[in-house]
Amino acid sequence: MGETIANPHVSEKPNLEVFSSTLQNLAHDDRQIVVVTSDSRGSGKLVPFGQKYPEQIIEVGIAEQNLVGVAAGLASTGKKVFAVSPACFLTARSLEQIKADVAYSDNPVNVIGISAGVSYGALGSTHHSLHDFAALRAINNILVVAPADNFETEQAIRAAAAFPHPVYLRFGKKPMPLLSEEETSFEFGKGRVIQEGDDLTFVATGETVWPALQAARKLEREQGLRATVISMHTIKPLDENLLARVAAKGAPMVTVEEHSVYGGLGEACASFLMQNGLALPFKIMAIPDEYTVTGSQGDIFRHYGLTEEGIAETALQLCK
Amino acid sequence: MTLMTPKELARKSVDYRKKILKYIYSAKAGHTGGSLSCVDILNVLYNDVMQVSPENFASPDRDRYIQSKGHSVEALYVVLADQGFFPESDLETLCQYQSHYIGHPTKKVNGIEQNTGSLGHGLALSVGTALAAKLDKRDYRVFTLLGDGELPEGSNWEAALLAAQYKLDNLCAIIDHNKLQITGPTCDVCNTDPIDAKFEAFGWEVKHVDGHDFAQLKETFQSLPFQGEKPSLVIAHTIKGRGISFMENQLKWHHGVPSPEQYEQAQEELNVLSEAL
Repeated sequence: MGETIANPHVSEKPNLEVFSSTLQNLAHDDRQIVVVTSDSRGSGKLVPFGQKYPEQIIEVGIAEQNLVGVAAGLASTGKKVFAVSPACFLTARSLEQIKADVAYSDNPVNVIGISAGVSYGALGSTHHSLHDFAALRAINNILVVAPADNFETEQAIRAAAAFPHPVYLRFGKKPMPLLSEEETSFEFGKGRVIQEGDDLTFVATGETVWPALQAARKLEREQGLRATVISMHTIKPLDENLLARVAAKGAPMVTVEEHSVYGGLGEACASFLMQNGLALPFKIMAIPDEYTVTGSQGDIFRHYGLTEEGIAETALQLCK
Repeated sequence: MTLMTPKELARKSVDYRKKILKYIYSAKAGHTGGSLSCVDILNVLYNDVMQVSPENFASPDRDRYIQSKGHSVEALYVVLADQGFFPESDLETLCQYQSHYIGHPTKKVNGIEQNTGSLGHGLALSVGTALAAKLDKRDYRVFTLLGDGELPEGSNWEAALLAAQYKLDNLCAIIDHNKLQITGPTCDVCNTDPIDAKFEAFGWEVKHVDGHDFAQLKETFQSLPFQGEKPSLVIAHTIKGRGISFMENQLKWHHGVPSPEQYEQAQEELNVLSEAL
């Protein structure tokens, strides 16, 4: 793949908005698309959807367990269901419904965690979802997906609507630049290579792919180091073939995610590499296991070094 | 479906009870008391009420049954076997290594709609399924069986609210009200009485029935929906361990397995009952 320059002014919308507009497009042609919300149509940018397709939106009120159970019942009849609620509540309060009613019963619900990670910033830890990858990775039969940009979001929603098994997708609120202007394919379980390089590898997911890509550009500009940058939008199943291919270069690898350092993308990659004898300098960049610092999403990212500068600095140390 | 007389249903139930005990005794595992309390309800539903069979099980128009109190699965297994969903001999593998016939319902068993086992899930699943019928303008009905012991699960009440909100008169929940749970009488553990007033306040239409009286069960289910635009609740008053003298209302039979002597006695009691019918 050749070098591409992403233009931050192109399609800079919150992934949540793209989620909503994509769903509207799908619902226009497919009456089986049903959205289920828990007083979350506003935060899910779904008010226009509800106005346009009142027959295809179910409101359950603030009752997340019921949201997922009802969604599973709907999906069992052939509905293409998107159950939408803040990721923090959805993947904690309704975890058992996701486990039993969705995953175990194989009801193909698309579980949509909105305002994920620390998107709610200063609202505090009740509203953060830094556990969702870990919790859902340990449950059989549900994909775990965190699209990075508007392109991946639209592709992921279209793929989820057609996928016959459960999918978890999480979206943030921040406007996201396109990672690449190239037309690339999108497939669950296949990491997206944004750029290729031999000096180090960034494996990132969701809203941290952009700062990882910026860090890669900074290192190339300032240090002459050329990195491979992967948007690992599907955390489970992990794209092990891609990881093995880039790990074979022997270059240091840095993983980046808006999640607890425990149980997310980084540990998934570490587990694969270790168990396959792929030893290389390796660092997980994520939110540490502590009382999360208060502030906006940007403040929190800065505090924990999940920024262009912080990621570049960590990577540089690993290269020494 | 050929409707059955109360007497024919009663004969079937004796047969079902013999089989429930046979397979639990053979597996050395199972929820005996609850299976014996709910089997008459299942008998009437499958033989007299629901439009569901092995032949129409793939049809989107079939009636659905979702067992929220999944642990009483042995009753469901013998009824489904009798309906022809699978050979009864499959039940010889009950709870054995690699058997699909485990201690809670799973869709790997033909005739089962949802995997259940964790309590407080069946009602929300049923609400979603009934909602889909309304969205698609289909006439099927959804039945779900809850235990009284699972009523403190808050998810039930979330689902109860929504069923009324969406006017799901195609939904019928049945509570197997045997008044005992594993720790003791339900009223002493976390009292949910009055169940009827609570559900009525939530917007449901409620009827009480003797859960072992076939004529009453038939009549009750024939009168569904109890009121248009409202979900229906049947509070079925039952006896845990019903039909076996030494098991009735005895807590230890929640998941007790009979000894050889107890098994013989239980089968003999059912033989006597059968002859009397």
